[in-house]
Amino acid sequence: MKKYSIFSLAKNALSGHKEWPKMWRSPEPREFYDVIIIGGGGHGLGTAYYLAKEHGLKNIAVIEKGWLGGGNTGRNTTIIRSNYLWDDSAHLYEHSLKLWENLSSELNYNVMFSQRGVMNLAHNEHDIKEIKRRVSANNLNGIDSFWLSKEEIQKKVPIMNTDNLRYPVLGASYQPRGGVARHDAIAWGFAMRADEMGVDIIQNCEAHQIRTKNGTIEGVETSKGFLRANKIGVVASGHTGVLAESAGIRLPLQSKPLQALVSEPIKPIIDTVVMSSAVHAYVSQSDKGELVIGAGTDSYNSFTQRGGFNIIEDTIRAMVELYPVFGKMKMLRQWGGIVDICPDASPIISKCDIEGLFFNCGWGTGGFKATPGSANVFAHTIAKNEPHQINSAFNLDRFASGRLVDEHGAAAVAH
Amino acid sequence: MLIINCPYCGPRDQSEFSNGGEAHVKRPDGSKEIGDREWGEYVFIRANPKGLFYERWVHTHGCRKWFNCVRDTSTDEILVTYKLDEKKPNLNNFKSVVKTPSGEPEVGSGNFTVEK
Repeated sequence: MKKYSIFSLAKNALSGHKEWPKMWRSPEPREFYDVIIIGGGGHGLGTAYYLAKEHGLKNIAVIEKGWLGGGNTGRNTTIIRSNYLWDDSAHLYEHSLKLWENLSSELNYNVMFSQRGVMNLAHNEHDIKEIKRRVSANNLNGIDSFWLSKEEIQKKVPIMNTDNLRYPVLGASYQPRGGVARHDAIAWGFAMRADEMGVDIIQNCEAHQIRTKNGTIEGVETSKGFLRANKIGVVASGHTGVLAESAGIRLPLQSKPLQALVSEPIKPIIDTVVMSSAVHAYVSQSDKGELVIGAGTDSYNSFTQRGGFNIIEDTIRAMVELYPVFGKMKMLRQWGGIVDICPDASPIISKCDIEGLFFNCGWGTGGFKATPGSANVFAHTIAKNEPHQINSAFNLDRFASGRLVDEHGAAAVAH
Repeated sequence: MLIINCPYCGPRDQSEFSNGGEAHVKRPDGSKEIGDREWGEYVFIRANPKGLFYERWVHTHGCRKWFNCVRDTSTDEILVTYKLDEKKPNLNNFKSVVKTPSGEPEVGSGNFTVEK
């Protein structure tokens, strides 16, 4: 295992940082794999990592149409929390949060997980009731979550305008164990450790069609030829529906652009994550000093990774009202990622009618926080052919049985 | 932001409209015989193509009428809008710019306007 330490840093500094070994190989694809994961983002690479580490599978490939973590893993606002309302979601996201807490040392790769706390603001009577209900539900599930009064918020975030605005700030929920992490690092860390265990990571390899025969998986047509496989896990976020369609499976997903933007870097000014679903703005400050601001999804389906300008306009309007001090700041970059949204705003981690075909999708607007947890239970589902206890509720059958996990409220930002 | 050609009012700013999702979704016949699975599909599953897509819009802050549209979801180009009682256009009449199912179009998203 490649170890990173103060000594390896010093040693490589002496050679001008030119001798660092490659973090992973770039092999040509083999003809056959036990498991092929489609999608080289955090969830996909993590799945390969846990398949190799916890389930002893060795003949695994991850195929990625672009570069590692170049999709939604590199496009989100990196917020991590587990304060979801329903038991099923709380267990899933808390499983993930617990993995995050130990991930840097497990991977010996710094994912820069910073537990700076996450605040969800209440702006009206209804918000207060809903958020207090969610705090209580969290406490019953053993999740750290409590109610902050307006005065406590002012103490934590002095720059916030709590009173002189259309929707005054009346209180908030707060999860101290929540926070942010480095988005690339999670993809690279998983990739490096999976590669060490023999997983083939194949970039610039686009999946074209999933081939099946008599209800069983055969393999996948890619831009690098046909790859046979016993099992295929599709973790392609916005494009999962397109790939499912090629295998004749219709998924309850709608793909939409979700936007984010960052400002010019400034000195430390906000040391926690503040989210508000009522006025639709959330913000944290990166280690470089940029404000990382999350906007909403467009109302229409689209695969253009940019999104509508009116969405950013709304978000900026709310930001400036909540933090007047940001009014003169310049925004450096804006982008969109294509998220796949489920009707109940909860993910699908499930097998399907086709033997050997598995889906991990529908994370919608909040998949980053779940990366290690989702990968962990998805690996279990693929290896054992049945769901882990934690993801058994997130199956495809729920859209026939009606047992939905409705998390529109806890999805923090109302989309 | 899109400019949408309302069949009743002409081209207007997207902010006047609301999106209504997939168009031409048919409620299944024979509700007594239909199982949970088919109902689930009717209620929850909608087409989500990368490329040509039939969809509905409503001119919320205008004439408040619903209409249909064919849009390319890979570029956001609106190819045609038509009234609810008009026949749906054949998708073969339009050129799809997506070459592989998950690939990106040749012209970057939204930049088709530059070419025209």
